[in-house]
Amino acid sequence: MREVAAEFANPVMLYSIGKDSSVMLHLAMKAFYPAKPPFPLLHIDTTWKFREMIAFRDATAKRLGLRLLVHVNEEGLKRGINPIDSGSQLHTQVMKTEALKQALDRYGFDAAFGGARRDEEKSRAKERIFSFRNARHGWDPKNQRPELWHVYNTRINKGEAIRVFPLSNWTELDVWQYILAEKIKIVPLYYAKKRPVIERDGTLIMLDDERLKLRPGEKVEERLVRFRTLGCYPLTGAIESSADTLEAIVTEMFTARTSERQGRLIDGDEKASMEKKKREGYF
Amino acid sequence: MAAPLKALLAAQEKQSLLRFLTCGSVDDGKSTLIGRLLYDSKLLFDDQLATLERDSRTHGTTGDDIDFALLLDGLEAEREQGITIDVAYRFFATAKRKFIVADTPGHEQYTRNMATGASNSELAVLLVDARKGVVVQTRRHAAIVSLLGIRHVVLAVNKIDLVDYSQEVFERIAAEFAGFAEQLGIANCVAIPMSARFGDNVIAKSAQTPWYGGPPLLDYLETVDADAQLADKPFRMPVQWVNRPNLDFRGFAGTIVAGRIAQGDTVAVAKSGKVSTVKRIVTKDGDLHDAAAGDAVTLTLADEIDISRGDVLCAADQRAEVSDQIAAHLIWMAEEPLLPGRQYLLKLATATVSAQVSDLKHKLDINTLDKLAAKTLLLNEIGTVNLSLAQPLVFDPYTDNRDMGGFILIDRFSNATVGAGMIDFGLRRATNVHWQALDVDKTARAELKHQKPVVLWFTGLSGSGKSTIANLVESALLAEGRHTYLLDGDNVRHGLNRDLGFTDADRVENIRRVAEAAKLFVDAGLIVLVSFISPFRSERRMARELVGEGEFVEVFVDTPLEVCMARDPKGLYRKAKAGEIKNFTGIDSPYEPPEKADIVLKTVNSLAPVQAATVLAYLKERGHIA
Repeated sequence: MREVAAEFANPVMLYSIGKDSSVMLHLAMKAFYPAKPPFPLLHIDTTWKFREMIAFRDATAKRLGLRLLVHVNEEGLKRGINPIDSGSQLHTQVMKTEALKQALDRYGFDAAFGGARRDEEKSRAKERIFSFRNARHGWDPKNQRPELWHVYNTRINKGEAIRVFPLSNWTELDVWQYILAEKIKIVPLYYAKKRPVIERDGTLIMLDDERLKLRPGEKVEERLVRFRTLGCYPLTGAIESSADTLEAIVTEMFTARTSERQGRLIDGDEKASMEKKKREGYF
Repeated sequence: MAAPLKALLAAQEKQSLLRFLTCGSVDDGKSTLIGRLLYDSKLLFDDQLATLERDSRTHGTTGDDIDFALLLDGLEAEREQGITIDVAYRFFATAKRKFIVADTPGHEQYTRNMATGASNSELAVLLVDARKGVVVQTRRHAAIVSLLGIRHVVLAVNKIDLVDYSQEVFERIAAEFAGFAEQLGIANCVAIPMSARFGDNVIAKSAQTPWYGGPPLLDYLETVDADAQLADKPFRMPVQWVNRPNLDFRGFAGTIVAGRIAQGDTVAVAKSGKVSTVKRIVTKDGDLHDAAAGDAVTLTLADEIDISRGDVLCAADQRAEVSDQIAAHLIWMAEEPLLPGRQYLLKLATATVSAQVSDLKHKLDINTLDKLAAKTLLLNEIGTVNLSLAQPLVFDPYTDNRDMGGFILIDRFSNATVGAGMIDFGLRRATNVHWQALDVDKTARAELKHQKPVVLWFTGLSGSGKSTIANLVESALLAEGRHTYLLDGDNVRHGLNRDLGFTDADRVENIRRVAEAAKLFVDAGLIVLVSFISPFRSERRMARELVGEGEFVEVFVDTPLEVCMARDPKGLYRKAKAGEIKNFTGIDSPYEPPEKADIVLKTVNSLAPVQAATVLAYLKERGHIA
């Protein structure tokens, strides 16, 4: 992180409000102490995030005294793109990938931190820690800069950018253990609680507001659930769990039998879907 | 906290981390092996398994069985071609250890990716196909692995099932490889007969190979001691960022790459040589008393000294090298060939400097380890080069510390990373020194200065006191209005003689040049003080003969070796004894004391000013000064 602050003119930290972002932000607070991190936070708001996430986001920025930028793809909003009717793929493309590009262009950021980890998904396993993006934000997986030792090539031309993944070599379990060890604040949605959910396509979806309409035969149930990963609420599956403390979550993680991205509906869309999205500029 | 969790966390804390890479030729089964490790150690999640089973049916090459390779080959193009193109990182853990695996490509054209994977690994698992044995690729990969400083290699003789679990085949391959590994200087090499596809000797000993007495792969990986013990080396912290939130705080942030540091320790800034002490080790969770290699810290110092990004804080008594000329091994990583003489950017730790290859000594035929003459390096070729830098660089040899000795070269225009280098040592390269004959002669110049020019040639062991005394003599002469010049051994090696090392041949050349320089200064009418170890009689004689009769005064600073070693003002004797400096005078290179010196100074029980006075008296007596 200090490498980025020292070598780039205008860095930003992508803040997705999830546990990985929380850890990344915590690391930034430590890395620059007693100074504040010399970059703002950027949240790409699809307008479909859980309400608790948004409240947590605003409270966090205020508590830490950091500048928070929120970007929404207004054009997409006007076109009525949403995760329910448009399908997760188009929604993600327009409201996340396109929106991110808009924001990066608008502010002219030359480096952006992301909380992605190599253990999450196959194509991420090959991602560099300092990952070069061309002026159109594209990623060329076959032409990545070799990354040796801890020496990172930070040179770019105008318009190009580097995405930086400080948590590349962390695993999900590492993240949770670190949250526990450092007592990092996370969105309450990670903790088990009775929440109103419906079962759709084999996944438990929480009704966060009235925009999610019930299909015939679906009924709302109060179930004791929590989330392993957070995104747009209609696309994020909850898991049944009674883990309502950090300790209980970490214990659960030690015995987990499914990977966290299982709860993400966007990954199953298409084979190698993450690699496609990344080439197009998704984080 | 619940008791079971506590136990789990406690167990985790004891886990050490091992980073290793797998390499081998195409189809040797690297990805299959890692997939097998993950699968057999029950580290796959249910949904990952389901995807794997589905993929195996469509892309698999193993019939109805699970194709473990599909777990790892992440990119679409790779799946279709059935080869690993890039480096993929995998994470798994057992009760004893956490592992980060770099799965690297086999094709020759992907050497650069293998080097990338190897750069952060402590161990390599090198696969060979039992049917094919040690092939060109095996040698190539072993050579890269050894070049990147990996000291532990496991030779996985894979597909042993396809040679009917033959002990004879295994032993032949193991023996052949052991010979090659020894040539490369790989310290620890073990061979394991294995079938990744069927799991023989991967996590459990196979019943099919009763003749094999060693551990299965996972056991070995769990127990091998591959720790580089960086914390025990001299302190180094490349400064990444200067933390100045306000006028009252000035902290130097960086990650300690070697050694330890504690409050009150003395540190030196490698480039400027300035010294201070550590005041605080600042972290968000409060100040630390001490910190060690691997810790990211912010230090504040007791004194206000100028430090910026790219500087390296070092243990004051064991400093890093500083040079603008270095010798290194270079792996070329770009399609465009290396152009000696072209300016590239060199980045090492946090420093970036402009660099050019001043001499491409040879390239390495990695299959035979032969040295071949070369004009350029092509993609994936490895050469030994001398680099000339625009500014001095702080470094340690790569074999001492990867973070202080490993660098990348960046193309100034495309910004691509085009090369990776490992510094072997610093060197000093001569600049061309041009002299022009002048019309005015020696006598005329000397008369103008009211002195008789002379060379005062101080010889003696390192640490004997030559420079100290020569300095005092020069100061005294200057105070009297004399015109002088002092040639100091160390200083001249930074400039005129920076291409020279410490072999006997180089020492001879070193003295020849200095003697020539001294002659020219005498010609200029100066009193020249030369402070050089100059260990050989024949070279001192040569120096004497270059100047006129009576213009050469040999001053023997006679300090016994034991005293010099005890003084060791630059820590050089300690390094030499540790084998870090070769050809060091008095240790493993001889010193021939003068038989008839003009002045002999015994420094034991005598002070330097007294010695200096002796020299001055001699000059007056001989009429060099009035």
